[in-house]
Amino acid sequence: MPKEDIQIILDTAITFREVLNRPIKKVPTLQGKTIVNLFYEDSTRTRISFELAEKRLSADTINFSLSTSSVKKGESLKDTIKNIEAMKVDMIIIRHSAAGTPLYLTKICDSNIINAGDGTHEHPTQALLDMYSIKERMGRLKGLKVCIVGDISHSRVALSNIFGLKTMGVKVSVCGPSTMIPKRIEELGIDVIHNIDEAIQENDVLNVLRIQLERNAGKYFPSIREYSKYFGITNERLEKNGKNILILHPGPINRGVEISSEVADGSDQIILNQVTNGVAIRMAVLYLLGTLN
Amino acid sequence: MKVLLKDVNLYNPAQKIDEKSTSVLLEDGIISEIGDIKTKDASVYELRGKYIVPGFFDMHVHLREPGREDEETVVSGSDAAANGGFTGIACMPNTKPAIDSAEIVNFIKNQSRNHIVDVYPIAAATIGREGEILSPMAELTEAGVVGFSDDGVAIKTASILRKVLEYSKMYNLPVIEHCEDETLANGAMNEGLNSTLLGLPALPSVAEDLIVSRDIQMADYTAGVIHIAHISTRNAVQYVREAKSKGIKVTAEVTPHHFTLIDEMVKTYDTNFKMNPPLRTQEDIEAIVEALKEGTIDCIASDHAPHSIEEKEEEFQYAPNGILGLETMVGITLSELYHKKVLTLKEIIEKLSINPRRILNLPKIKFSVGEKANFTIVDLDAVWTVDINKFKSKSRNSPFDKKLLNGKSVGVVNNSKLYYNDELVNI
Repeated sequence: MPKEDIQIILDTAITFREVLNRPIKKVPTLQGKTIVNLFYEDSTRTRISFELAEKRLSADTINFSLSTSSVKKGESLKDTIKNIEAMKVDMIIIRHSAAGTPLYLTKICDSNIINAGDGTHEHPTQALLDMYSIKERMGRLKGLKVCIVGDISHSRVALSNIFGLKTMGVKVSVCGPSTMIPKRIEELGIDVIHNIDEAIQENDVLNVLRIQLERNAGKYFPSIREYSKYFGITNERLEKNGKNILILHPGPINRGVEISSEVADGSDQIILNQVTNGVAIRMAVLYLLGTLN
Repeated sequence: MKVLLKDVNLYNPAQKIDEKSTSVLLEDGIISEIGDIKTKDASVYELRGKYIVPGFFDMHVHLREPGREDEETVVSGSDAAANGGFTGIACMPNTKPAIDSAEIVNFIKNQSRNHIVDVYPIAAATIGREGEILSPMAELTEAGVVGFSDDGVAIKTASILRKVLEYSKMYNLPVIEHCEDETLANGAMNEGLNSTLLGLPALPSVAEDLIVSRDIQMADYTAGVIHIAHISTRNAVQYVREAKSKGIKVTAEVTPHHFTLIDEMVKTYDTNFKMNPPLRTQEDIEAIVEALKEGTIDCIASDHAPHSIEEKEEEFQYAPNGILGLETMVGITLSELYHKKVLTLKEIIEKLSINPRRILNLPKIKFSVGEKANFTIVDLDAVWTVDINKFKSKSRNSPFDKKLLNGKSVGVVNNSKLYYNDELVNI
């Protein structure tokens, strides 16, 4: 996404963020538009965030959640999409476990498609809301140093953040166990580090990712205990490095694993603020797409 | 019936035959005269500028019968082979059920009876390709198989591989290996910068390197015969090169897509770029091309893998592996290797006909009076566009659709039949 587009979305979101503080949080911008939230994968916060954004723009919304496995046995993705489109919708928000699905949808249908996370590929609106939250707190993006911490390999948030932040002039690095850093990621122009203290010292912002405990403990890292000891963000560790650093987390949080409760609930409440900003960012994206045509 | 193939270039490196503008007279499918022939009662095919070469052979084809006759049958796959310029193919045993008994071998041979294309089954090395129990290799050999393979996967353990190599050695048949370490095999594309960018589960090249290395060492230890199917990595090429220099009995094939396409092409998530082994990198292609030139890679095989449209329309990481190959392989090989002067015509014929037949212990094709005619007729200069809707295959999954190619097969002669210009004639 070009810098100008990111800038327009971030600027537009400022207006909607303000709307969210009003007693009446609804604007008529997308009245008469129909938006389908097509979630092939469990998601609480992203789905609700999109749905709220749609409702606050006065769009008609349809939710469609289904697990990929049951779909695999039945109707194909293509047929499902074609059927939904035949009902004359304007936009489809898609979350899917397979990378590339949103791109595929753009080839088979005419509706606007918004990627709400595809496999371990990308999650663009998350990156936009992360950038918004950083800018809101730090006053700028350009020239900052941001480190993405944790399981980079299995994250869709990391890649979108890397692309977005770099476009906006941020120096990006990733930090995590070497088993969870994808091959040749340094060729994207980012630093790879494996020492969390170094990451804290060198950066202005840490974006801490969720560790998928169920799937990866014992395979990608030895144990939860070892992970939290060597990569977990705690007050003690932040104090040791004598650094006031901004901490983001896309959620959901594993308290006591990648981030301690006292850091997560820290005085500035940035993580919950991210969630609020998420609605504003999604309103901005929907508004811009919906009024473009 | 008499057929006169007129004014044609006759080329068979195996016999050092290289004659320009000559004619060949066939009587009931047998070569009866070569030279300047005057005859009135033969049907005449004017072939000026074209080449008659030994019939091409594709030693890696999936026919899907029995089991998935909606995707391909023995007959439709053989039709595709004739259309693509082949007079013989070897079919892989990953059918349902697998080719692991004489009954299934006989069934397939029966289905292909009277076809212009010879079909030679390759049997499973283990029952059900499960890597546990040896298949009845003696009986399968007697039924006419030309090799053993658990294709789709590598033979599961070193201990079973050892026994397969030792047992098959008694019948001098090759063990054909799909080289991939199964514990590293859960990916949808090659591991590298592109898999990182596309967020797809990745399949590292070392998964192939490990099994190629294992298989070579086991072939050395047992003095068995191993053939590496669809080689795709530069390290694997190097291992084969070293093994050959030590005199280990190893041969290797490469597919046209592994010397023309790279992993970057997956970026559209088009499932016609999904295959196993996955598309690798430019460096791998360079190593493969070098290995083709020097002879480390013996032959070219298509890994023709038909899949239904609905299966290939699935999400990239859920879609099945494989693409069609029979009807594009000769064109791609001539375009990329002959016209770009990587290989000479002699070397092309070795890779497409002489070597695969040698690896499978099939008789040499001779252009001598009294011999059965087994030819491919090639137009080296034809410029044509691939059109999947004109394929004889039942499936359509090809990444080469609409590709402009230079050089093609225009016909084949075999089993007293002639296929030319889309028309089959009994001769």
